[in-house]
Amino acid sequence: MGQTIIEKLVSAKLGSPAAAGDVVWLPQDVVTARDFGGANVVKNFLAAYGADAAVFNADGIRFTFDCNAPANTAGYATNQQICRDFARRRGITVHDVDAGIGSHLLIEQGLAIPGITAIGTDSHYNILGAVGALGQGMGDVDVAYAFHTGQVWFEVPATVRVNVSGKLAPNASAKDLTLAIVHHFGSGGLLGRAVEFYGDVVETLDLPGRITLASMATEMSAVIAIIPPGASVLDWLGGRTNSPVETITADPDAKYVDEVTLDLGVIEPMIAEPYSPASVRPVRIVAEEGVRIDTGFIGSCTNGRFEDFNEGYAQLEDGGVAAGVTLKLVPATREVYGQILSEGLIEGFFQAGALIHNQGCGGCAAGQVGMTGEGEVQVSTSNRNFRGKQGAGRTYLASPATVAASVRAGRITVPEAKR
Amino acid sequence: MSRMRITGSAFPLVDASGALLDNIDTDMIFHNRWLHITELSEMAQHALGNLEGYEDFAARVKPGSWVVAGRNFGAGSSRQQAVDCFKALGCVGVIAISVAPIYLRNAINAAMPAAQIPDLAGAVEPGDVLALDMEAGTLTNERTNTVLQAEPPISSVQVEIYRAGGLLRME
Repeated sequence: MGQTIIEKLVSAKLGSPAAAGDVVWLPQDVVTARDFGGANVVKNFLAAYGADAAVFNADGIRFTFDCNAPANTAGYATNQQICRDFARRRGITVHDVDAGIGSHLLIEQGLAIPGITAIGTDSHYNILGAVGALGQGMGDVDVAYAFHTGQVWFEVPATVRVNVSGKLAPNASAKDLTLAIVHHFGSGGLLGRAVEFYGDVVETLDLPGRITLASMATEMSAVIAIIPPGASVLDWLGGRTNSPVETITADPDAKYVDEVTLDLGVIEPMIAEPYSPASVRPVRIVAEEGVRIDTGFIGSCTNGRFEDFNEGYAQLEDGGVAAGVTLKLVPATREVYGQILSEGLIEGFFQAGALIHNQGCGGCAAGQVGMTGEGEVQVSTSNRNFRGKQGAGRTYLASPATVAASVRAGRITVPEAKR
Repeated sequence: MSRMRITGSAFPLVDASGALLDNIDTDMIFHNRWLHITELSEMAQHALGNLEGYEDFAARVKPGSWVVAGRNFGAGSSRQQAVDCFKALGCVGVIAISVAPIYLRNAINAAMPAAQIPDLAGAVEPGDVLALDMEAGTLTNERTNTVLQAEPPISSVQVEIYRAGGLLRME
């Protein structure tokens, strides 16, 4: 019988056929823990297996300190040190507070390639679906178990096949497409499912655009959204690893739980209003209502690549951030920071009035960048705008272009076409 | 081994109209400002501290309660604390119309019973005694004497991990 991508991927890992609904013990190529959850992983591991217990494979484990980097509370600093101590004793690599977002590091370093399995204490680890890998965010009990055994239990999800048709307006980008899709399915609309995305508008996305779309699978409660890598993504990945890089494709007779055709027409800039990533309307409509803003944020695992900053930059080239408004920038990784620097964007952003922070997760979790106060209005490129998540204010989610155009105007604004 | 039947008293999380709340996310359950906490005993007081109307949940809930909610319970982050905080309060487990995948895993791994009951809406009042049969995948409301089915069914691995007392106690 034909298999979906996730069924093929899991079958290849197990060396025996697996189908949706099967519960399997799935070997992991990479197991990671962040500063968020990492100390709990260590604590669980030591309590369950003893102070001298070995990990399954030190090379397959990473710590990534991206949530609170550098630590701005003594609690986080202590937790990071607990992880460092544990790692040093066992020869595990630590990507410290200067490295950036763990999931992005796995992609940059060629560890995340099609067909691999990875888990981490990061609910957006399914972002690895952007490169055809099976990434899963898991809690600290799962990760502690995987540190010891190299595997996790996994119920192979049923797959929804989604064909997206439509065309990005000249002032729209992957985030607008993503928000339109989240709006269509709703917060729990793909609960417990794997998703395969097809269609020209998806297949022509570059890797950063695919990362944006894959990252928000979590916001639809999907297990993972896989965007089968095309030639350009495979080329890029091939430059980062010595392992063979080959896309896993679904069989023509694969069995899907649902097949959805989504015709989005001309996709215009979209924005998610507080307090749900699925409360999406066109920026055009929201802009007409006159929403004054206090601050903007460009960054996060969803929109923290060089291309995202470049997209925002284009909106600021002939005008800066409005008086009384701030713009905070957080590159996803050190590599991205380096690109922004070498391409000359930092000078321009500085002149435009932006604040440029060190790489990491920025305002998500309890980060130090992008918290809002009671009554404060933020437009952010991140992926969640739950009440209270980024402080007491109101957060709107939008593309880098919309964020930049809005901080320039001081209110939510439709970006200009720059492509 | 005898059937695993877990009994507790319902503590429904509802809106002003009495309907079960949907999309209760992990920041409402255990806010990110407390994520540095690693001690179970310290987690208890923060349970549902960011859910409007339930900020005082930790003081109100009695040990032996089921947390009862609507759709997509536990959406959002992978934080284990969102499960542990309920355990720390002596809650029996979570019964919801549906549960977000990562949250469900975390509950299973921590041996905290969790079940998804599609027909839950309107079937539970505060204080109702609910019995979850882990193997049969049924929830019995002992006040109304109705039996509701878990869907998807409670998986064999969930039962196995529950029986072991948690993933980290598995051989």
